[in-house]
Amino acid sequence: MNWQGWAEIALTLGLPFLLGWPIGIFISRVWNRERTWLDPVLRPVERCFYAALGVRPDQSQTWTGYAAALLAFNAAGFVLLYAILRLQGLLPLNPQGFGALSEPLAFNTAVSFVTNTNWQAYSGETTLTHLSQMAGMTVQNFLSAATGATVAAALARAFAADRQTGLGNFWADLVRTTLWVLLPISIVVALILAALGVPQTLSASATAATIEGGEQTIPIFAAASQLAIKQLGINGGGVFGVNSAHPLEGPTPLANFIAAISINVLGWAAFFAFGRTALAGRSLRAIAIAALLLLSAGAAALYWTETQAPPALVAAGAEVSVNMEGKEVRFGAPASAVWAAMTTGASNGSVNSMHASYMPLGGGVQMFFMQLGEILPGGIGTGVGFMLMMALLAVFVAGLMVGRTPEYLGKKIEAREVQYAMLAVLVLPLTILGFSTAAAVLPAALQSLANPGPHGMSEILYAYTSASANNGSAFAGLAADTPWWNTTLGLAMLMGRFPGIVIMLAVAGALAAKPKLAPSAGALPTDNGLFIGLLIGVILILGGLQFFPALALGPIVEHFQALDALAGL
Amino acid sequence: MSTTDVPLGDDRRRASTLASSLSGATLARAAKDAFVKLDPRRLTGNPVIFATWLVALLSTVSAALLVGRSADGPFAVQLAAWLWATVLFANLAESIAEGRGKAAADSLRASRVTTRAKLIIDEATGTILPTPAHELGAGQVVLVEAGDVIPADGEIIEGVASVNEAAITGESAPVIRESGGDRSAVTGGTTVVSDWIKVKITSEPGGTFLDRMIAMVEGADRRKTPNEVALSVLLAGLSLVFLIAVVTLVGLGAYSGVTLTPLVLGALFITLIPTTIGGLLSAVGIAGMDRLLKVNVLATSGRAVEAAGDVDTLLLDKTGTITFGNRMATEVISAPGVRPEQALRAALMASMADETPEGRSIVELARAQGEVAEAPQGAEPIAFSAVTRQSGLNAEGRIWRKGAVDAVLRTLGLSAEDMPPEVAAAVDRIARSGGTPLAVSEDGMLVGIIHLKDVVKPGVRARFADLRRMGLRTVMITGDNPVTAAAIASEAGVDDFLAEATPEDKLRLIRAEQAKGRLVAMCGDGANDAPALAQADVGVAMQTGAQAAREAGNMVDLDSDPTKVIEIVEVGKQMLITRGALTTFSIANDVAKYFAIIPAMFVTALPALGALNIMGLSSPQSAILSAVIFNALIIVLLIPLALRGVRYRALGAAKLLSRNLAIYGLGGLIAPFIGIKLIDLTLFSLGLA
Repeated sequence: MNWQGWAEIALTLGLPFLLGWPIGIFISRVWNRERTWLDPVLRPVERCFYAALGVRPDQSQTWTGYAAALLAFNAAGFVLLYAILRLQGLLPLNPQGFGALSEPLAFNTAVSFVTNTNWQAYSGETTLTHLSQMAGMTVQNFLSAATGATVAAALARAFAADRQTGLGNFWADLVRTTLWVLLPISIVVALILAALGVPQTLSASATAATIEGGEQTIPIFAAASQLAIKQLGINGGGVFGVNSAHPLEGPTPLANFIAAISINVLGWAAFFAFGRTALAGRSLRAIAIAALLLLSAGAAALYWTETQAPPALVAAGAEVSVNMEGKEVRFGAPASAVWAAMTTGASNGSVNSMHASYMPLGGGVQMFFMQLGEILPGGIGTGVGFMLMMALLAVFVAGLMVGRTPEYLGKKIEAREVQYAMLAVLVLPLTILGFSTAAAVLPAALQSLANPGPHGMSEILYAYTSASANNGSAFAGLAADTPWWNTTLGLAMLMGRFPGIVIMLAVAGALAAKPKLAPSAGALPTDNGLFIGLLIGVILILGGLQFFPALALGPIVEHFQALDALAGL
Repeated sequence: MSTTDVPLGDDRRRASTLASSLSGATLARAAKDAFVKLDPRRLTGNPVIFATWLVALLSTVSAALLVGRSADGPFAVQLAAWLWATVLFANLAESIAEGRGKAAADSLRASRVTTRAKLIIDEATGTILPTPAHELGAGQVVLVEAGDVIPADGEIIEGVASVNEAAITGESAPVIRESGGDRSAVTGGTTVVSDWIKVKITSEPGGTFLDRMIAMVEGADRRKTPNEVALSVLLAGLSLVFLIAVVTLVGLGAYSGVTLTPLVLGALFITLIPTTIGGLLSAVGIAGMDRLLKVNVLATSGRAVEAAGDVDTLLLDKTGTITFGNRMATEVISAPGVRPEQALRAALMASMADETPEGRSIVELARAQGEVAEAPQGAEPIAFSAVTRQSGLNAEGRIWRKGAVDAVLRTLGLSAEDMPPEVAAAVDRIARSGGTPLAVSEDGMLVGIIHLKDVVKPGVRARFADLRRMGLRTVMITGDNPVTAAAIASEAGVDDFLAEATPEDKLRLIRAEQAKGRLVAMCGDGANDAPALAQADVGVAMQTGAQAAREAGNMVDLDSDPTKVIEIVEVGKQMLITRGALTTFSIANDVAKYFAIIPAMFVTALPALGALNIMGLSSPQSAILSAVIFNALIIVLLIPLALRGVRYRALGAAKLLSRNLAIYGLGGLIAPFIGIKLIDLTLFSLGLA
């Protein structure tokens, strides 16, 4: 560890938070249908979409109407993507002549991209055609991100509402978020990345002469544009199998840095957009700071674990001080550690280092971040939404301690909200632990593990954690392209995505109908350091209590075994 | 309860007849009840304790199978026993809380009327038919004479009597009850001490105020309050989370080569689910009602008590709550050319025969300023009349008068312009400050001005500042004109006032506040207060008040002290704080329990996990047992806190939260580490594990 490393980590974490503020205000204006400087260009385009869809954008939907539209839209997206993947061999833009994906793999992949997970049980450059990448993957990268954002828009309006039933219009939120936010920012970032050397072409591959005099065929794609939305949309599925560790995805340190900060920019922006639309800027800033503090602690922990000497290497007599296994030499420990923290804290899932090769506790931090429900800052909209559920629980327990029925952002938190928030909390342990315990005893599942013992346990836990939390990053070692893993991971992704979204919209419906209370000096203040500390405590204790026993059998025991082995020398 | 116990009104805080203390007999009864409550049908409302019951049963079966056959037998038996103890302790907490109410109900039952009432069957002749009290129905008329107990609730239609209401209020001084007006309601079970009254019965058999009181203090129809429901949902949800975490360990453990017995998994589950708050939750609610009873307030439901904690706006009647209720003389200003002593003596003489509170306050003021003069022999008092609007004294040819300024001037043949400028200025100043100026004349000459003032009770200002810190807005309600009202409002430090208020204005104000999302509390006693009492979220009716008011409110103050509403708010808050504190404590406890049980479960198969045994517990079995024992004992240790309630201070929300978080959050994290270690040491030294 050195100061340059810490400075790099601080800059990578801090810059997107600062950039998120003005962008968040812009997003809020888009949600609120206020005037923006992009209106002259985009208003006509927007109207075309509404005409084509046959919707009236100013018609506010109830929470059930909003949820039904969201589910129907995503179901259609799934069917379309599944069809493309199964039929890609017959469709144009297939210079490499790839065939159709198998049924389980097509199911898994379609679910993966519709749920904003981007778990990849395949290697993109040897499996997918240009058409699949562009019309399938890239389209879903935009739409699944926009879907998440609509949830935040609806929930934010619910907090601002006073005895209303409408949460806004799903179609308008979807179209406006895509056109005003995701597209323009992606174009800018894609152009920067292309300028820095990330390829952007439709040709199949480049041919290079190697030093040995041989010839190498290097697959290249329209990578810059996919990389931009992969990061900004917090999707994480790359065109290349090794994701952002691939030299063409991060050709220079600056390209790597821009890709890294793109993971968090819109996640933070969603917090600030939420704050402005919900008329609760200060309170949302407080929970964003809570998330940033947790994220920073995780990044610091990862930097620490990865700058420890790996016990196995020490035992073998090597003189090492940094765990460089699975890391790009160009990036080193700090850029790898901060990326690992950001990609697991957000529901991104792109990687620039191999997570399975981290020290056991490092892998534990990554899993724990995902198990918290992807709230640091999580996906666009869904991250802030789930953070709100945690805030509701924190307010409920602590709010009683000031002697009033707990209220948050002017809304009383009563039995129904507590019930929904608890349901939202229940989804992750049920999916992660439920599937993991089954996989841990099923031979069909265990065949895919590369390692026995605790590391194998980590492979299982990581896979279901990543899928359920809609992260999508992989712990190398698991051969996931089997019917069992494709199917169960696909189900885990669905479980991790839509029940949570519907619950958040149900909370929005319940809250919108309540009177907006006048601020009271007797109510729990939710915008100060005390509340930030309380929220962090609740998140850590609640998350820890759910997953500590399982983690004890994976990364934690692996850590102590390594120490014991070293001590025993 | 409050750090600023400034007596606001009647300072005679009587010991309530209702709140009983914890006696040996109540404890014995509670212990017996705790066993009766082991019936699982009585536990279905409490998912956490019901789950504990189920696991205790399973552990008992598994212990029975192990005893004598396995070395784990003694461990299993102890485990099962402590799980049953956990359920029993939770039951005990509830029984003790209920026991207090039952004792109070018994004493109330004793005052229920069993004698025969004098039913008037013929109004004209006054024929009386002795009838058992419990057969009387609404609409019938009974005669109640000195020494009789009033047989049921009713309205006096004829007569006036002094009534001893000690059976209900604990106050032994009789009160006057008479037909017409707001003092015509009488309560069954109270005794007529003198004179007689005819009472028209308003209650149906079994539905009297006394019957309702008995049901309330007994908690017979106790329903969960909204916050209790929400908290129960949270606790059930947490239990489900832990059920998932524990059950899934079966597969994860099998993979890791760990064999987990149902006994150990059950123990882990019980220590993780929030048994502490689950076991104490209903006791906290019952104890909250009990604390209200101690201050002689009867709430119709727990929901009302809880709403009291949420109140944002407090409507307070000026008279009796903020001010002493009577205007009092505070100074006498002499006219130009008149010596102050002369003016003071004239004021004294003019008031000597005046028995009104204002008159007596003038006498007291003069005496306090050293005037010792007495009324001359044979003085003739001149009573106040609506025509002259002045009163005074004629003696030995001298004439003293005091009265409204214009009335006195007119009698003296003066007009307002004739007043000396100094006097005019004094009159003006007094009126503007909210006071009432009275002119004093002596032998046909204006000698001075008396300043009558509505005196604000000492301490109210500080009390309102406390309320403001708690987030409560105070609104003073008064019939005074806006000028007077504003002056008193600023002196008392209320946030707002409603002047020249009619009952309709009150109702409108409550609705306006509620429309802004605020909860409103008020108290009232008149029949015309009934709509406002019903509209308010917390309506406190005075026991001495009209029947309609008592039925409209959701609380009755047996002391009829309008300042009580502040204490009610505090009790409501205290109840919520206690629940939150115990929940926080309960959840924070789990961290230590993990560090006790997880290494114990896995250490045999995965020795490396022994590193997590940071408490250094002596053996896996002792670790598990210690966690379960701590979990059971902490319920007993916290029963006093649940019953007494967490101390409430008017600190403001942020300070209150950081204080309670430090005590119950941090304390809840640390305490079990110490407790479990101590229990482990004890078990080890006793050779129990």
